[in-house]
Amino acid sequence: MRSSRLLAAAIALSAWTTVLAQGPTYRLGTTPSEAEIKARDTAVSPDGKGLPPGNGTATAGATVYAQKCVACHGPNAAGTTLARALVPLGNAKPVKLSWSLVPYATTVWDFINRAMPKTKPGSLTADEVYAVTAWVLYRNDIIKETDVLDAQSLPLIRMPHRDNFFPAQPGWKPMAKRPLGYYP
Amino acid sequence: MGSHSHSGRRQFLTGGAVAGFVAAAVRSVRGQTAAPEARPKDNLAYGQPSRFDNTIRRTTGRASAINDTALMTPLQDLDGVITPSSLHFLMDHVNGIPDIDPQQHRLLLHGMVDRPLSFTMDELKRLPSVSRVYFLECNANGRPLRGPSGDSVQLVHGRTSCSEWTGVLLSVLLKECGVQRGASWVVAEGSDANKYTMSIPLGKATDDILVAYSQNGEPVRPQQGYPLRLVVPGWEAIRAVKWLSRIKVADQPIMSWHESGNNADTAADGKGLWFRFELGPKSVITRPSGGQRLPGPGFYEITGLAWTGGGAVRRVDVSTDGGRTYKEAELQQPVFRYAHTRFRFPWTWNGDEAVLQSRCIDERGEVQPTIAEAAKNMGVTTDYFYEADHFNGIQPWKVSRDGSIHNAIV
Repeated sequence: MRSSRLLAAAIALSAWTTVLAQGPTYRLGTTPSEAEIKARDTAVSPDGKGLPPGNGTATAGATVYAQKCVACHGPNAAGTTLARALVPLGNAKPVKLSWSLVPYATTVWDFINRAMPKTKPGSLTADEVYAVTAWVLYRNDIIKETDVLDAQSLPLIRMPHRDNFFPAQPGWKPMAKRPLGYYP
Repeated sequence: MGSHSHSGRRQFLTGGAVAGFVAAAVRSVRGQTAAPEARPKDNLAYGQPSRFDNTIRRTTGRASAINDTALMTPLQDLDGVITPSSLHFLMDHVNGIPDIDPQQHRLLLHGMVDRPLSFTMDELKRLPSVSRVYFLECNANGRPLRGPSGDSVQLVHGRTSCSEWTGVLLSVLLKECGVQRGASWVVAEGSDANKYTMSIPLGKATDDILVAYSQNGEPVRPQQGYPLRLVVPGWEAIRAVKWLSRIKVADQPIMSWHESGNNADTAADGKGLWFRFELGPKSVITRPSGGQRLPGPGFYEITGLAWTGGGAVRRVDVSTDGGRTYKEAELQQPVFRYAHTRFRFPWTWNGDEAVLQSRCIDERGEVQPTIAEAAKNMGVTTDYFYEADHFNGIQPWKVSRDGSIHNAIV
């Protein structure tokens, strides 16, 4: 029993190293240029890597919101039939609405940057994304109206719900028994 | 400042002077010309169902600002285990279905790799491919519904579909790139307008994830990710990124909106549930089912589908007395892992009230719970599941004396 388990572990480990270490077999595909990778690698993770230069405050964000967001999200970010409310977004009181549970400010920035406004996703400048992110966070009582958001300050914001999440570890093993309470 | 306009980048991706040159220079080994002429798909060129048949996807009709499109598979009208591609459920979290020219499409792999690589569709199809039968299920599927919508297996359970997917294993592509030590996640991105993004642990990525270009023998439908879709066996279908165009190998998840906020649930203690990936053992009787009516006493074959994120369905039990007693159903062979599994069970209705339900047991030995057991397991009341995901409770259908059938979940 024990030796078979060891053997299985050894096989699993060797398969793993194989994937990591081996060179190319088929030699298809082309090497992308640094510029192409940079142009496409726009997603921003919680550490803030990849955030572009630029900055904005809630005050500036109010102007952007009035121009480009209010039509769908409504006055005071209360939502309309076209789009959800932006408050609450990360309030400290657990709300049984999954979309109120945003854990990182970078997630807000990243989604606005890639997907907003709906009529022209990806058209906002970095300054506009920083500003409108600041405005949304300000409306959720997470930052002050005059706080400046940029590549340095954004990842430092602690969302109120940040500690109310199970850690972001994959924790996945093939055929592992799933823990009750995490799954029904 | 303000130099961060995206329009230039988008033009680079979709426009195509450079890409067009490459496509013209590299002729497909499959003999396709560089720009195949689009032919109209009339009923002779591409067959249509009978005009007497109305097997179609339906929506609950509930207005939702979050999901623009939610079309459910008509499970009650289908047989076997394969879902026709045109009836595959559609639950979109994106901003429209992109219209992608496969000649311009590229799959970029980069990040913590020794050799970043960009693949054309033709290059991907030259690599060793596999065909596998896998279900895709939305993590919100099976959530109990009240009212008229709750009386239909299509509207309650129709966010699951099963196809034969053909493509290249992601592990093959990662090996070509050479994954660096310290990497633990891959981040997959689509080329829809929102660039839908999802994170997946590297262990799964190197295990059985498929980069699929074909569904049920033909190119993946645009609604399902044409020309390329990530298929993540046994996991919530929100991971199965459509219109796949980029995979970044990383040492942390991206915590995208759709994985960290929008698809997180709250546990009983108020904590958020992230990255729940695997789907539990599940089954549902598709005939007879809610909204149907038995014309009178007599013989009826009960049939339905079972599936599990835990691999293969090992056994399905059927009860006609609301779970007091169960008998083993017959499984259609072969049983594929991470696939819909068809079960059948003979039943003679004597005209009395009956409650029909099925229970799935998977190869890990996990047993599909009742809604009461699921609530106990999660430490919540049964109402919790009306708003939460990953519910895999047993579905009871109550047959009344007049033959009408209704949803009997509490």
